[in-house]
Amino acid sequence: MRYEAPETMEAAVELLSTDDSAYVLAGGTDLLVQLRAEMIDPGLVVDVKQIAQMRSVEQENGVFRVGAAVSGAELGENEAFKLVWPGVVEAFELIGSTQIQGRATLGGNLCNASPAADSVPAMIAAGAIATIHGPDGQRDVPVEVVATGPGQTSLGKGELVGSFLFPEQPPRTGDGYLRFIPRTEMDIAVVGVGICLSLDDAGICNAAKVSLGAVAARALVVKEAADALIGTPVDDAALANLAEAASAAAKPIDDKRGTKEFRIQVTGVMARRAAAIALARAKSK
Amino acid sequence: MAKYHVSATVNGDDVEFLCEPEQTLLDVLRDELHLTGTKEGCASGDCGACSVMLDGRLVCSCLLMGAEVGDRNIETIEGMANGEELHPLQQKFLDYAALQCGYCTPGILVAAKALLERNPDPTETETRFWLAGNLCRCTGYDKIIRAVQDTAAEMRGE
Repeated sequence: MRYEAPETMEAAVELLSTDDSAYVLAGGTDLLVQLRAEMIDPGLVVDVKQIAQMRSVEQENGVFRVGAAVSGAELGENEAFKLVWPGVVEAFELIGSTQIQGRATLGGNLCNASPAADSVPAMIAAGAIATIHGPDGQRDVPVEVVATGPGQTSLGKGELVGSFLFPEQPPRTGDGYLRFIPRTEMDIAVVGVGICLSLDDAGICNAAKVSLGAVAARALVVKEAADALIGTPVDDAALANLAEAASAAAKPIDDKRGTKEFRIQVTGVMARRAAAIALARAKSK
Repeated sequence: MAKYHVSATVNGDDVEFLCEPEQTLLDVLRDELHLTGTKEGCASGDCGACSVMLDGRLVCSCLLMGAEVGDRNIETIEGMANGEELHPLQQKFLDYAALQCGYCTPGILVAAKALLERNPDPTETETRFWLAGNLCRCTGYDKIIRAVQDTAAEMRGE
């Protein structure tokens, strides 16, 4: 196994393109575990943390660009980002311990492609765009199309996610992410729900996006759940419809962390509660 | 395969070592630099026994490659006491018997020191959440938490 730490995106793409067994190393919190467990056998590990644009958070006219190798601890300390996207920060900070937060990255959470990745439904709900760099240049795609199934992504040979673009928020917009786990800390989501919604000046929801994690092979975007909120004041009736639509969209597996039936029901409950958080945040802006 | 030549700072000292890409920072600390205070528990980032500071951030040394730490600043448990003088946390852990087998203790001390540097007055809840990545199978945690809380109070001059 070789180790390389290129300082430019172009050099990283070149390295990844020329070795079929190359893996990207960002925070390493999944990669090193998989290496140790001999789940992977890379010929080359490309450490992307020396690439400045992958480690920076930039803001311009309300648009944030967050490097894919920014750690949870770093993003959590970015007050400007946290003020605008508290749901994304809370979702990211749910991942692992203090030690893991010092290393884990948004890009890694997405590209490890666990269906239960906490930051992913929150980024999807926020409308985040992944900027992918590859041999043919760069392309922008919605975050929801990057992971395609457990451990699988739509990235082509030589491609890597360089950064995430969080679009300018309309007025009175709030986001929230909640997950269910059987304990209070350090666990993998049984169900995760990210919601972002906007209100008009009369307090009626005019835009919403709902994403579910851990209830399908990849994070889902549920238009029916968003439609249950749009055109309403996000009252009890709307929240009940949201819960019903979210539960209907959940297609979970049975496993030791939750039965299918339980996950379907909890999806609705988490959706209601996440929407209440997003609503309170939208109203406070 | 050629080894990687790495220069870094460990506990304030410039160090150089050769390592294989398969070696973690934990492997390097223990096997190349012979700093065996940092322990291997799970080797998968779950138990916190291998906690060290990397450029001022608390991390699991088992989840870093040794080759990654060129020019970085690493602090381990060996750098915690000032010569013969124990760090207040170390003294308080002894006073409170906040350890039994002691295997998790270096990692918990490093993590607790990082907490108190960021937050000199953590609540019990904040302390418990901060240390949630450090597993102890002996003590039941209460004595550890009390030792950290009381050290914080002492360091604040209360």
